[in-house]
Amino acid sequence: MKADPHGVLTGTHFIDGDHACCEGALAAGARFAAGYPITPSTEVVERFAARVPTVGGTFIQMEDELAASITLQGAVWGGAKAFTVTSGPGFSLMMEHIGYAAMTETPCVFVDVQRGGPSTGLPTLPAQADMMQARWGSHGDYEIIALCPNSPQECFDLTIKAFNLAEEFRVPVMFMMDEVVGHMTEKVVIPPADQIEVVPRKHTRKSVEDYLPYGSNGDMVPEMAHAGEGYKFHVTGLTHDERGYPNMTPQTQDKLVRRLQNKIRAAVDRICLFEEDGIDSADVVVVSYGITSRVAQRAVQMARERGLKVGKLRLITAWPFPDQKIAEIASKVKALVVPELNLGQMVREVERAAQGKAKTIALPHAGGGVHNPDQILNAIVEAIRC
Amino acid sequence: MLNIDDTVNPVEPFLRSDRMPHIWCPGCGIGTTVNSFARALIDSKIDLESLALVSGIGCTGRVAGYVKLDSFHTTHGRAIPFATGLKLANPKLNVVVYSGDGDLSAIGGNHLIHAARRNIDLKVICVNNLIYAMTGGQTAPTTPGHATTSTNPYGTFEPAFNLPHLVEAAGAVYVARWTTFHVRQLARSISEAFQKKGFSFIEVISPCPTLYQRRNKMGDGLDTMKYYKEKSKVKHGTPTSEVGLTLNGEIAVGKFVDRDRPDYQSMMRAQYVESLGERYIEEPEVECVCG
Repeated sequence: MKADPHGVLTGTHFIDGDHACCEGALAAGARFAAGYPITPSTEVVERFAARVPTVGGTFIQMEDELAASITLQGAVWGGAKAFTVTSGPGFSLMMEHIGYAAMTETPCVFVDVQRGGPSTGLPTLPAQADMMQARWGSHGDYEIIALCPNSPQECFDLTIKAFNLAEEFRVPVMFMMDEVVGHMTEKVVIPPADQIEVVPRKHTRKSVEDYLPYGSNGDMVPEMAHAGEGYKFHVTGLTHDERGYPNMTPQTQDKLVRRLQNKIRAAVDRICLFEEDGIDSADVVVVSYGITSRVAQRAVQMARERGLKVGKLRLITAWPFPDQKIAEIASKVKALVVPELNLGQMVREVERAAQGKAKTIALPHAGGGVHNPDQILNAIVEAIRC
Repeated sequence: MLNIDDTVNPVEPFLRSDRMPHIWCPGCGIGTTVNSFARALIDSKIDLESLALVSGIGCTGRVAGYVKLDSFHTTHGRAIPFATGLKLANPKLNVVVYSGDGDLSAIGGNHLIHAARRNIDLKVICVNNLIYAMTGGQTAPTTPGHATTSTNPYGTFEPAFNLPHLVEAAGAVYVARWTTFHVRQLARSISEAFQKKGFSFIEVISPCPTLYQRRNKMGDGLDTMKYYKEKSKVKHGTPTSEVGLTLNGEIAVGKFVDRDRPDYQSMMRAQYVESLGERYIEEPEVECVCG
């Protein structure tokens, strides 16, 4: 369906990534946010707090991130599209509720504007060091989706995508920004509402008698009902059967947890977005995401100016990881160079997916700034020489 | 409304009978509180379709799984913030939080005081068995001094929370306490709370014969009923600062607080109307989640 025009600020804007993310959420139909202030993410909810009363919806500043990350889920079951926004320390506090959202199949979006860590780390400076936490931070086996924008325009476009994926798969989606993308100001074009595709909630049309809250319906994504509609359903973080009733058997656990995993894995091709350039003729491919892809772009350009055959793969979807795409590329090139603002996170995934078919070269950075394009260029030159 | 048939237990229509038997121990008071809750639903003629119940984790947290309502068994301590989101997203819902003392006042203590401060329109039923029961009888913030628990095997020495005093200070509009001996009074209090707009808190002192009474040589469930009968004193309107509990002492029960102040959503509306005038849009104009 098309976006609700009330939430869409159609026009050309000069805004930062945080504000663009807020506009994306409003365009996607988010009418509820719960937040707790934390640098460098707060601007998202500050804008939401200013905008939402004129659009129809609610913002509440909660007492902590534990509260924010579950308040938004209450709102989802009350019928809203909802999200929260945070950065590293707050993201750590939200982990239990990412697991709850995965287990209860609550469609929602967690925005993490990444900063340097661990702990309080570098509140005002960038990092990409929450990537593994986004995937594995909550206990138990589950799947999530994570997207990585690299510009304010993408903060708008991909926030809509994040909400759409959350609804389609009934899964929490991690929106993995970073301080630079969040605070960089660029042109953002917001199209008219009738050009924005929005995925509605997968709401059941079944009668109260026929409705099975966690029935898998063939496509593994159950239909949802909201509180107050007469379905009298039960939702629990305990292992549950198709009725939503707790059931503590290995059989129910196996069936449920595998479905939670398979509903995402079966759709990897559709969920995995990437941008590629010059891969077919490349000797070396730079694999990057988020702000680092902007720096990598410059390095690839410089390498090509020197006559080197360099390709670029930008991961827009980080999770689920595009194993097959990496394997394909690895079988064609000598090496994969992976710059990222952490001491080695997604590079391990690249290395695993490459299955030894190409050399994987890590280009770690502890955060607090971005790579110098020369560092990436040097790595490319070295990789080609090897 | 439900057509009550006198050949069935009148509370049965409120329960998920297909989930019985429940997990609670013989002599446990939680089932008794659910009975009073169901009777309050009958008495107050509340629309069950617009009623949602939210629990946290623990023995009382299991209530959500046994009531035939839209019911949410959330994470430990977070029933109140979940319920806050539910209520704010759909203000037409009547939202009840039904959880235990450890869940609401220890791990969830921060949310308890802030929801009371904001005066979110929630009805909180706190079953206080003075202990962490689900995990085996550890000390709770409500355990009275000198009681023996599995984590204070030589007796507790931390001062306990006086929950009515805490929530009154934080801003609750309705505060009452009963024991599981006071089934009718409890049902009446729950009905009254449904008439209030704002943060209502009802504490129910409830036995845990398996872990609290047994370990403290207080007898079984029946002995506890006798104790409640003997030691409870109805003290409506008594200052909540005077209703703290001790190991063997008096249990002040009754309605301690019944006052009015604007709830969160009324205050929010008033503020937006004042600041934004006609620019304020209260409800989304287009249904954005229809299937």
